[in-house]
Amino acid sequence: MNFLTNLISGLSLGSVYAIIALGYTMVYGISKMLNFAHGDIIMIGGYMSFIMSMYVGMNGWLALLVAIVICTILGITIERLAYRPLRGTGSLAVLITAIGVSYFLQNIALLIWGANPKMFTSLFKGMSPIHAAGGKLTITPESIFTILANIVIMLCLTLFVSKTKAGKAMRAVSEDNGAAQLMGINVNQSISLTFAIGSGLAAVAGVLMCSAYPVLIPTTGAMPGIKAFTAAVFGGIGSIPGAMIGGLILGIIEIFSRAYISTELADAIVFGCLILVLLVRPTGLLGKKVHEKV
Amino acid sequence: MKKTWTKALAVALSCMMAFALAACGGGSSAGDGKLHIGVIGPFTGGAALYGNAVKNGAELAVNEINAANADGLQIVMESQDDEHDAEKSVNAYNKLLDDGMQVLVGPTTSTPAAAVATECEKNQTFMLTPSGSSPDVTAEHGNVFQLCFSDPNQGIASADYMAENFADAKVGVIYKNDDNYSTGIFNKFKAEWEAKGKKVEAEETFTDGVTDFSAQLNSLKNAGVDLVFLPIYYDAASNILTQADKMGYAPKFFGCDGMDGILSMEGFDTSLAEGLMLLTPFTPYSEDAKSKAFTEAYQEAYGELPIQFAADAYDCVYAIYDAFNKAGLDPNADMAEICEALVGQFAGDFTASGITAEEMKWNEKGEVEKTPKVCEIQDGKYIEK
Amino acid sequence: MAERILKSVSVRALKGAKRGGQYRKEAMIAYGILIAGYILLQLGAATGIIGRNLQGQFVPICVYMALAISLNLVVGISGELSLGHAGFMAAGAFTGVVVTRVLEKSLSFAPARLIIALIAAALVAALAGFIIGIPILGLRGDYLAIVTLAFGEIIRNFMNVIYFGLNEKGHLVFSFNHAIDGIEDANRVITGPIGATGTTQIATFTGAMLLTAFTLFVVLNIKNSKQGRAIMAIRDNRIAGESIGLDVKKYKLMAFVVSAALAGMAGCMFGQNYSTLAPVKFNFNTSVLILVFVVLGGIGNIWGSMIAAALLTILPEALRQFSDYRMLTYAVVLIVVMICTYNPAIKARIGAVWSKINPFRKRSKDNSGSSGKKGKEAA
Repeated sequence: MNFLTNLISGLSLGSVYAIIALGYTMVYGISKMLNFAHGDIIMIGGYMSFIMSMYVGMNGWLALLVAIVICTILGITIERLAYRPLRGTGSLAVLITAIGVSYFLQNIALLIWGANPKMFTSLFKGMSPIHAAGGKLTITPESIFTILANIVIMLCLTLFVSKTKAGKAMRAVSEDNGAAQLMGINVNQSISLTFAIGSGLAAVAGVLMCSAYPVLIPTTGAMPGIKAFTAAVFGGIGSIPGAMIGGLILGIIEIFSRAYISTELADAIVFGCLILVLLVRPTGLLGKKVHEKV
Repeated sequence: MKKTWTKALAVALSCMMAFALAACGGGSSAGDGKLHIGVIGPFTGGAALYGNAVKNGAELAVNEINAANADGLQIVMESQDDEHDAEKSVNAYNKLLDDGMQVLVGPTTSTPAAAVATECEKNQTFMLTPSGSSPDVTAEHGNVFQLCFSDPNQGIASADYMAENFADAKVGVIYKNDDNYSTGIFNKFKAEWEAKGKKVEAEETFTDGVTDFSAQLNSLKNAGVDLVFLPIYYDAASNILTQADKMGYAPKFFGCDGMDGILSMEGFDTSLAEGLMLLTPFTPYSEDAKSKAFTEAYQEAYGELPIQFAADAYDCVYAIYDAFNKAGLDPNADMAEICEALVGQFAGDFTASGITAEEMKWNEKGEVEKTPKVCEIQDGKYIEK
Repeated sequence: MAERILKSVSVRALKGAKRGGQYRKEAMIAYGILIAGYILLQLGAATGIIGRNLQGQFVPICVYMALAISLNLVVGISGELSLGHAGFMAAGAFTGVVVTRVLEKSLSFAPARLIIALIAAALVAALAGFIIGIPILGLRGDYLAIVTLAFGEIIRNFMNVIYFGLNEKGHLVFSFNHAIDGIEDANRVITGPIGATGTTQIATFTGAMLLTAFTLFVVLNIKNSKQGRAIMAIRDNRIAGESIGLDVKKYKLMAFVVSAALAGMAGCMFGQNYSTLAPVKFNFNTSVLILVFVVLGGIGNIWGSMIAAALLTILPEALRQFSDYRMLTYAVVLIVVMICTYNPAIKARIGAVWSKINPFRKRSKDNSGSSGKKGKEAA
């Protein structure tokens, strides 16, 4: 029973990582950049939803919607102002800019909302947890909804990318930016759309994360951001199912190593597993093998 | 090749500008008949909460003193950010020295405080930290004093209280193992607890940025722990309380002074903290007249309830002010002279009364001697035990 | 295809031969900056123009310069993205603290202690670099980056559970995961997350400057050696390099280990500058900070990264007058500077304006001058 409880915690934490990692992976796939500010967009999403429900008095779900819209706009703006001017100048310059954006978002949140932690009200407040096996196993509504949301989002994204015109355009840009342009695809639009989707997902992840782990401070997004980045690489960065699998595995490893090995060294174990996986599969679990052209 | 040289020239020019910017503003303003107090703490980054509380608390005290004696001693306060980093904290300290600081209230957190304490001893600056609670801060520095309980003392006090009041409890701990404060309390607590012939049933830890405590809580639950000691800050603790509640685990929780503030968190469901006990020198719900006045003034000025850090900083300023007057010092005196006189006071029979304790005295190590209060949260209020 | 490889290799070889002069120039600028900086700062400090705030940053500035130079060996010269440089810095810093504490009683001459500590730090960090480097250097690009990030975090995670102390005989005792019993507080050397406490500060500005000069010397020499050219050839075209028989792994590992050792030495100097040192200092943010120096200074440009390190260390301090808006301003400056230095259109515009006001303007149409600095993106 203990094992099951831990497994569900792991899946739930992993699903949060997975949703964040989906955003990472999409942005990476199309623009080949590590968007380190992604974690901070989660934080902004959390704050927005908090503000909307606490101060404006919105219903939690409506607040979520507002947070998604604001984060989407924010994502597009950041891409337009900070990343687009550096497109094609190598991934390092954009990486550093992304870090600058991350500092910027953290500090602006600090100035606006102050340093005092806020206690996020769960989106699923009022729903009672499911008790099974005579009360030994408790499943919270947060876990259920996070895991479900993860699966739904992953399926929708996969469908979107493989079936719709915009999704195909995104894939084309991701495959070969220049050729896609020659084929008449609006590269700028495709990249903007990717950032929009990624940031909207970040808002969802922020609200789900804060529902399960309710403390909200300006650096809330930093650590999950790094973990999710790890998850994305774990599953093969650029791959949508990979991000989901990577996130889930990472969450499970983290919880299990805390439960059964050592809480002190949980992070070391998580990162150690990542290294092992990359040694066996250098491009992650589901990553594409890159053939070098000579 | 010319291009390289012109580039180098451009860079050199910009360098000089930056240096000029960094070098200017260094005009010492001491000697204007006012006492210059410096405050250091993390105003940005993950620990900003504590630094801002200290800054606000100290500012409140300074404003009160200045308003109260318009013709007498005036205090000028300058605060500098250290991002909870020893290196930045030393930089902040040096910056304050450049600006003519005479007495230091700070740094807020332990590791930076320990680094700055060494510098303070070198330069003979009187340092009173409101909240740098590690024994490393005051160790072997004659002119460095603490206004908060030291971490080991909190560990011992907690163990004593628990042994007296929960003699039969099965005790477990969750502490933050990459944190100075938390491990400091825990190590001493464990030693003291085991010295009483008792056992810590389960020790669980977490590191910075961890928000999921399900595995830790599960282990405690399986070990049959019914009294959980949480020597951690309230932001992580509120996560723990929420998750314990969700999984239907309801042991008695016992915290230290870092737990204070949990009730004033915006959006916090106070029913989660029902029955939580904590060892704290200050509560914003105290009926004590001084505390009440402080809480009201603080709320009016900063729009939130003060946490214990703010109260400690407030007391720091008053303690320095009182000792300064008692020593009969001249605000135009230089830093080392003030330091010597204040050390004479603090190491002597000077006692300070404030909102965190009455009659505070300092021992030869520079640690404060005051009695901790144990409170229990009932109906969203602290009840003193 | 073979023709193309040959062509590319031979062009590079030719360029390499031509570069001799450029290297001399680069070395001259780099050492010049160092010496001029040293003299200026010493003068400023002596005459009191430079305040304590800036004086207190002399050692960190040198340390960050050394770190930037050493990271440039991996990122710029070897062309691999590393996000775990702070891990090696940590390894060196804590080794240094342990060594100086052990030697404190028997060796009273501080500079000798410092030198021994630096050597030990270099060895330990090099060992860490070697252990890490062997398995991972087969990885490419961003995957290597994430693994270095992971290793940096693992090193820091381990630092949190490591305890060192001195027993009554002055011998070093070690324990894992818990405080060492029976050791007085004053004899603790490293206490898990609390880190090193009670370190005697023996780092000096001159010492730190010499260390930076040493780092510079090593990196410039490597860059200018046969091995260095091989490393750069591999960076520019791995397959071409392999095809002419360069042992890719060996050269990459060499650059990685040397860089780790130099970072360890810099970390050691840093650790000796503060009485206390917590593992949390060496987190991901510090790794990123060092990377920012390298990128901002121009990837592969040694003296550029030195200047960037110095400027970016001073900048947050210089921004103190903005009080609450300090870090926000820092972030904005970082973004704007990155865009201005890397965006081709803006760069061209700045260049155009500059050439108009440039007092040393040369009326020559030859502008192919220093285009070799930035490696073109290999297909």
